[in-house]
Amino acid sequence: MRRTRENPEVHAGSMADIAFLLLIFFLVTTTIQTDVGLDRKLPSDDVINHIDVNERNVLRISLNKNDELFVEDRVLKIDELKQLAVAFLDNGGATENQLRCDYCKGTRDPKSSDNPQTAIISLNSDRDASYGTYVMVQDRLALAYRELRNREAQRLFGQDFTAMEEKFYAAETNEAEKATLKANVERIRDMFPLNISEAELNVQSQKLA
Amino acid sequence: MAKFTKKKEGDLPAVSTASLPDIVFMLLFFFMTVTTMKDSSLLVENTLPNATEIKKLEKKDRVIYIFVGKPTQEYQKVFGSEPRIQLNDKFANVDEVGSYILAERAKKPQELQNVLTTALKVDKNANMGLITDIKQELRKVNALKVNYTTYEGDAFNNLQ
Repeated sequence: MRRTRENPEVHAGSMADIAFLLLIFFLVTTTIQTDVGLDRKLPSDDVINHIDVNERNVLRISLNKNDELFVEDRVLKIDELKQLAVAFLDNGGATENQLRCDYCKGTRDPKSSDNPQTAIISLNSDRDASYGTYVMVQDRLALAYRELRNREAQRLFGQDFTAMEEKFYAAETNEAEKATLKANVERIRDMFPLNISEAELNVQSQKLA
Repeated sequence: MAKFTKKKEGDLPAVSTASLPDIVFMLLFFFMTVTTMKDSSLLVENTLPNATEIKKLEKKDRVIYIFVGKPTQEYQKVFGSEPRIQLNDKFANVDEVGSYILAERAKKPQELQNVLTTALKVDKNANMGLITDIKQELRKVNALKVNYTTYEGDAFNNLQ
């Protein structure tokens, strides 16, 4: 059979489908830029509050001008910071009843923090330290807090703290659910409050304590 | 029996242009979604650091931005290569931060004035001294909620 040399017409009816397919593809894969970051609250300037704290309740972290990390005057690698922060916060060294931390799983070293409520991480940075390193330290500390909070949330409510928080902020969660979530989230937050201080601390000497 | 009329040879059929609007709309939508409105042009280098423990900065109307970083190439001749603060479209000194925050806060509606966040968009190579000074200024004007704006990513990339 002899073929005609006639050009067949290009079928364009499905072009729109292809176009929509592409459109949907781009819509799904491109991320519309939203700003993300670490939320922190600065201490108020109005009240000059000298909190007296025990030396054992303070974990001193500092960054020098060469971006080296010092913890209690010893050099530390940044990857080890999270472990150290977790150990410090979770220590629960207090033996008196009202200060005793029931949920802490730390070593209960009397030389380390009493309980997570009183434990303070003091972060100092040299004027020449780079901001990138500072953010990294903040990030590592936040990770330590998240790990502890997640652990307690898992134990008490059977879900991650981050998931609870997410659900609490989500718009589709109804009011009644929000109320219970709020109480639960606050309970976990109170167990491990984010005490990162960048101010100078008045430390009571061990002898007076 | 039907008779097939043969078309003239070499005559190309016209390509249908009916779907051209779709393609154009597709492009339009694509650009509409990926572009973000830029309200101030950057005068400073602004490579943000990476972090993982991040929260989304929602509700753009409640945010005041402060940019910090080295002046870009074209401004380096005039302003030097030390990190500087950029407020709106101008370079500024540390002591202007307080009044800038107060001015921006006054522009916002009454009910939002207490819930404002200051987003610090700081280049990762900037030094902490400047940031500490800015934070002191923020404390003076009682703008205590700050957000260290970052990219989402492994924080260990900040070391390079």
